[in-house]
Amino acid sequence: MKISRIMAVTLVLGIAVAGLGFSQSVELVGAGATFPAPFYSKVFDEYSKQFGVKVNYQAIGSGGGQTQLKNKTVDFGASDVIVTDDNAKTFPAPFVSVPMVAGAVTITYNLPGNPTLKLTSDIIADIFLGTIKRWNDPRIVALNPEAKLPNTAMTVVHRSDGSGTTAVFSDYLAKVSDDWKTKVGVGQSLNWPVGVGGKGNPGVAGLVKQLPGAVGYVELIYALQNSMPFATVKNKAGAWIVPSLASTSAAANVTIPDDVTKLNLTNTEAADGYPISTFTWILVYKEQAYDNRPKDKVDAMMKLVWWMVHDGQQYAQPLAYATLPKGVVVKAESILKSVTYNGTPVLK
Amino acid sequence: MADTHNGAIGAASTRVRKMDAAVTARLRGDTAFRVLMLALSFIAIVPLALILVYIVVRGASSINWAFLTQLPKPMGEAGGGISNAIVGTVILIVIASVISIPLGILAGIFLSERSQSRLGTVARLSVETLMGIPSIVIGIVAYTWIVKPMGHFSSLSGGVALAMIMLPVITLATEETLLLIPMTLREAALALGVSYPRMITRVILPSGMSGILTGVLLAVARGAGETAPLLFTAFGSPFMAANIFKPMESLPHTIFYYATSPYPEWQALAWGASFVLLVLVLALNVITKLVTSRWKIQF
Amino acid sequence: MKSERTSDTAFRTLLVLGGIAVSVLLIAIFLSLLLASRGAIVANGFRFITGSEWDPVTNSFHSLAFVVGTLITSLIALVIATILALALAILMGEYFRSGPLSAIMRTSVELLAGIPSVVYGFIGLFFFVPVVRVLQAALGLPPFGVGMFTTALLLAFMILPYSASIAREMITLVPSDLKEAALSLGATPSETIWKVTLPYASSGIMGGVLLSLGRALGETMAVTMVIGNANVLTFNIFAPGNTMASVIANEFSEASSNVYLASLIEIGLLLFVVSTLINIVGKVVVNRMAAR
Repeated sequence: MKISRIMAVTLVLGIAVAGLGFSQSVELVGAGATFPAPFYSKVFDEYSKQFGVKVNYQAIGSGGGQTQLKNKTVDFGASDVIVTDDNAKTFPAPFVSVPMVAGAVTITYNLPGNPTLKLTSDIIADIFLGTIKRWNDPRIVALNPEAKLPNTAMTVVHRSDGSGTTAVFSDYLAKVSDDWKTKVGVGQSLNWPVGVGGKGNPGVAGLVKQLPGAVGYVELIYALQNSMPFATVKNKAGAWIVPSLASTSAAANVTIPDDVTKLNLTNTEAADGYPISTFTWILVYKEQAYDNRPKDKVDAMMKLVWWMVHDGQQYAQPLAYATLPKGVVVKAESILKSVTYNGTPVLK
Repeated sequence: MADTHNGAIGAASTRVRKMDAAVTARLRGDTAFRVLMLALSFIAIVPLALILVYIVVRGASSINWAFLTQLPKPMGEAGGGISNAIVGTVILIVIASVISIPLGILAGIFLSERSQSRLGTVARLSVETLMGIPSIVIGIVAYTWIVKPMGHFSSLSGGVALAMIMLPVITLATEETLLLIPMTLREAALALGVSYPRMITRVILPSGMSGILTGVLLAVARGAGETAPLLFTAFGSPFMAANIFKPMESLPHTIFYYATSPYPEWQALAWGASFVLLVLVLALNVITKLVTSRWKIQF
Repeated sequence: MKSERTSDTAFRTLLVLGGIAVSVLLIAIFLSLLLASRGAIVANGFRFITGSEWDPVTNSFHSLAFVVGTLITSLIALVIATILALALAILMGEYFRSGPLSAIMRTSVELLAGIPSVVYGFIGLFFFVPVVRVLQAALGLPPFGVGMFTTALLLAFMILPYSASIAREMITLVPSDLKEAALSLGATPSETIWKVTLPYASSGIMGGVLLSLGRALGETMAVTMVIGNANVLTFNIFAPGNTMASVIANEFSEASSNVYLASLIEIGLLLFVVSTLINIVGKVVVNRMAAR
């Protein structure tokens, strides 16, 4: 009779688990970019402490955030790039993109002594195209005579997943290098000519840290938190810029177009701006009354996003993300107010 | 004469010496082969020793009360625990068990009873094929069946995926065990006027209990360690699991996420989580061995 | 009496339902994979298998790079695993049929089988990768560390328990009068193993190799963690690559266009069909040997 006892035990356990299933607290699910993930995980942690609303954010990459929002498997998506028009057409309904913070894509590497290297845009392009193969390449040595560059092979580390960081980085490279533009192009997932792939910003940072001679691109905070060195990059104005909170903010300080989603921070004219910067965005459907979503859940989500562009901004700077400029906050407010539930705006 | 005699002896002794040499060479070859086999066998189990030592040394040091009871901290902050993953894995396994154990045992009984029928042949082939389906493919299927229509990731979908992985293990173990039970036992029961259902549930199943239990435990051990199908079903969550219709964390997913990260604190958490998972899975395996040796079917 | 008959019929029906359920499950899995990938099957055509380009920018999806990656890693793993498995099987099936050494070996192999894939991946990342990097540096190759060779090495140990236990079973199935005959004719134990035991058990061992191959093909997590995730077609075993399973794990949740997602599912379908065929052939071979 043990068999029926096993069945009985599993059944009781099953019912107990199903009973748990009816717990009623509001829980929001979001997914997407790993680029702002340290900021988001901090903000969501604070928000749940202050307001008791749990936000489950899974950093699976910008491509994942867009796709899962498209499939309506998450409440909000997160992406470092604005969804292309072609891709936006494949979504089941119109959605809005709300800017959150700005960040910098840094070129990080694993070299003995953790030197700070100066790199120009064409050198960066050639490294990731695989044309520059060794660290003591004359072009790098010429720019960095004081650094002791070893004769080690470069291992390019790129993203294996669909990534906004990749999109921003390739957007920058395409602007500065015709070779890159024709051979690789711009996108969240690329057909990489060389290198190994890591999953998410953490995966790339992890691989670069593990492989001597590796070079990769990650958001600034990942390099800072892991004490990894990163390159000083020459911007469009010809100045050598260290990626930092200040230089990202400088890059973000541009004239704001009417359509805020047209904001592009790569290779801007800003004299002190770091050239590989970007805003990162949260994506929500414009009409929230889909799939029988309860009103209180929608309210909770919109309140959260509103809070993030206002009070939540205080958590950005300690993590080296640039806060939204005033003008962008105004735009973000009007975007948020355009979100409706059964036709009436959720926020007033 | 003496010379020829000596010559004969000499020839014989060279022949013997030659044979000796051949035999020695063969015997040497034999020893060499044996040593080679031993050496290769030790190479084969080196990784096991390595894994156990590595994980015990690195994992045990990160295990403490906070590690087992706290939730994870925001990215890059030190501290935090994996309690959500432990609870999540338990819930996922319970969901998977509720689905796969009854169905698996039922199908196992069917296979042992009707192995010759056409449906029996088809069912056995199906179960054996199910056994070989890569777990990532099971993940795709669970995604298209449950996540997509329901509109969100959930531990339910993860549980269903794990159930599909556990099912064939349980079914085949049940079938194999029941086939070992002698015909005389069932004939005796039937001759006493016991009905067919009672004969199966009261005579056949209890005698095959140890084998079935072994199958169930092995299935649970296998399910508990699976990651691939959970990537796009149970998804992950930094919170304590409370709702089977919402995303849920699990031990293997935590290990995957933390192990590939650059943060030393997270890697320490991953070693600790590996330790917990390994203890869980290996304990199940050991219990299985004990069950089999203690209640081995003997007739 | 009547109620007993109805319960009897109900019970038999229940059993039949169990049998039907597992069969339907398999068919449903196959059909839903087919259905979900039909967009890609139509769009990609037969070139899906022969083309090597996997470019989400231009929406052109072909799987040859992953098929080759899967084959290279699995076959190298298979060679290593078979050699080690034979050694283990000979040790446990011939030299030490019982006793402490055999018990240690057998338990170790069983434990190896129980270790979860993701833990193998973790160990691979922190132990195999540095070791392979040193090896690559010594050979004058680019020291990636991660890559197909590392993956193959890791896979070899992951499939070892399966090939070893089947090989041992097959070796113990060899009739002892055959072996005794060889020994009594003066053959040394190693000669007996080479000339009698192994040839007799060879077909069964081959079946076991096939079943292990089925395992290696579908292995996902450990592979994803150490293969380097590069979607390029290469035959260089030290280069980073991707397998069919690892590309799905990497890209499934973020495939941005419908044809992208469908193409990934088509890879899943391909994997399903291939591993099913290999498993069936392996099972048939092993069963034929066991029946002999």
